[in-house]
Amino acid sequence: MLLIVCPYCGKRPEIEFTYGGQAHLARPMRPAELDDQAWTDFLYMRTNTKGIYAERWRHARGCGRFFNALRDTTTDHFLAFYKTGERPPEHPK
Amino acid sequence: MSRQSFSALALIRRGLSGHLGWQNQWRKAEPKAAYDAVIVGGGGHGLGAAYYLAKEHGLTNIAVLEKGWIGGGNTGRNTTIIRSNYLFNESAALYDHSVKMWETLSQELNYNVMFSPRGVMMLAHTVHDIQVFKRHVHANRCNGVDNEWLEPAQAKEFCPLLNIEDNIRYPVLGAALQRRGGTARHDAVAWGYARAADALGVDIIENCEVTGIKRDEGGAVRALETSRGSIRTRKVGVSAAGNTSVVLGLAGVRLPLESYPLQALVSEPVKPVFPCVVMSNTIHAYISQSDKGELVIGAGTDAYTSYTQRGALHINTHTLDAICELFPNFRRMRMLRNWGGIVDVTPDRSPIIAKTPVPGLYVNCGWGTGGFKATPGSAHVFAWTIARDEPHPINAPFTIERFRDGYLIDEAAAAAVAH
Repeated sequence: MLLIVCPYCGKRPEIEFTYGGQAHLARPMRPAELDDQAWTDFLYMRTNTKGIYAERWRHARGCGRFFNALRDTTTDHFLAFYKTGERPPEHPK
Repeated sequence: MSRQSFSALALIRRGLSGHLGWQNQWRKAEPKAAYDAVIVGGGGHGLGAAYYLAKEHGLTNIAVLEKGWIGGGNTGRNTTIIRSNYLFNESAALYDHSVKMWETLSQELNYNVMFSPRGVMMLAHTVHDIQVFKRHVHANRCNGVDNEWLEPAQAKEFCPLLNIEDNIRYPVLGAALQRRGGTARHDAVAWGYARAADALGVDIIENCEVTGIKRDEGGAVRALETSRGSIRTRKVGVSAAGNTSVVLGLAGVRLPLESYPLQALVSEPVKPVFPCVVMSNTIHAYISQSDKGELVIGAGTDAYTSYTQRGALHINTHTLDAICELFPNFRRMRMLRNWGGIVDVTPDRSPIIAKTPVPGLYVNCGWGTGGFKATPGSAHVFAWTIARDEPHPINAPFTIERFRDGYLIDEAAAAAVAH
């Protein structure tokens, strides 16, 4: 089980959290101007990164807030946790 | 090279001579400079595609590249359940194509894949389950797929260890039974296809990871870069399960996939006690017994994407909670080992078997948590797609473009499995 550091509550076990998938997917500002392919990319296409991945988590059984994390998907080690709206921290490649 | 044929007579003859003189099941091939087609991924789906390319489409100058060892990925990590009781017409056609091929696969390959149609029984625990499963029964029958409704007493008759008392948290209210469903020996499927493909001249190359996809001026596939050198080819079929996004990314193709760990576990081996396959979506239990005697138990996916081929223990204990309630006899059994595989999941939980935007590049992916059952059928239609550069009628709906065009085959809620 992962140990996840909620930026608001601190380190907690994974079962307190729900997963939110790829981070930094902004909903289009002008939805009416998108064609089908752009909508497909927004709704369905994911980088599915093998390596360092920016992802969303929600402390659903705690404070209830969303936040982001950087995790290496080849080891499951977290590199950083940061609040929604913040840019992902720099990390060594 | 002439191939030894397996038979009872051959077994007796070799047995009497100390089992000496059995051949290797396939050659240890070195990569050649060029092939007519290359399959990336040496699991059941990839090896099967190579076999059908050689046998049915006359393409014998082909290779299967595997970054690890044959059958070492999800083919050797799944819980071997075979069934075709999917809701939608497209899915029923695809999965039942496969079940029909399972029925004769051992004879086809001259290799005992131990297909055992012992029946797959899915338990209903809520009013909603009953309604959904009865809908499945009717939809399946319309598609020529066998499926029948059982009352709790009939379910217990079919699987005597099942607890149908009404004093448990989720009592058994009924079940849907597909009698043609069952299990097969997963390793044998990979080995059987590898042996049969090799006999037709297919090169099976292990420890060979694809690191690049070269394209010509028109954008078509020209060559593969691998950890064992460059290989020229105009046709590449990718059957790489959890790593498909990585391989297709080498050609700039994006896919609607996410890769999750899926776990399974087995108990210590015991005498035959469990005559069928039982699944419960609502409380998440999958269980059958292997011929070796182990209870084979399927757990769920972890919450997060990962490529680690392992998962968290609480996923397994969640499944064991359900097993212990449904089968109290197993409460004191010890579990022998657990493991994980990486499954590539699509948004609609249906696979993609299709051409890609890159000419000469084909993909068979998105099988998620349920690809083993489809191995022969999937391999068969994928080979057709590669050879003819157009889909077989059965896999024609399973495109990448269905996500753009709104033709989802939405088994996410309708599949008989929990996700």
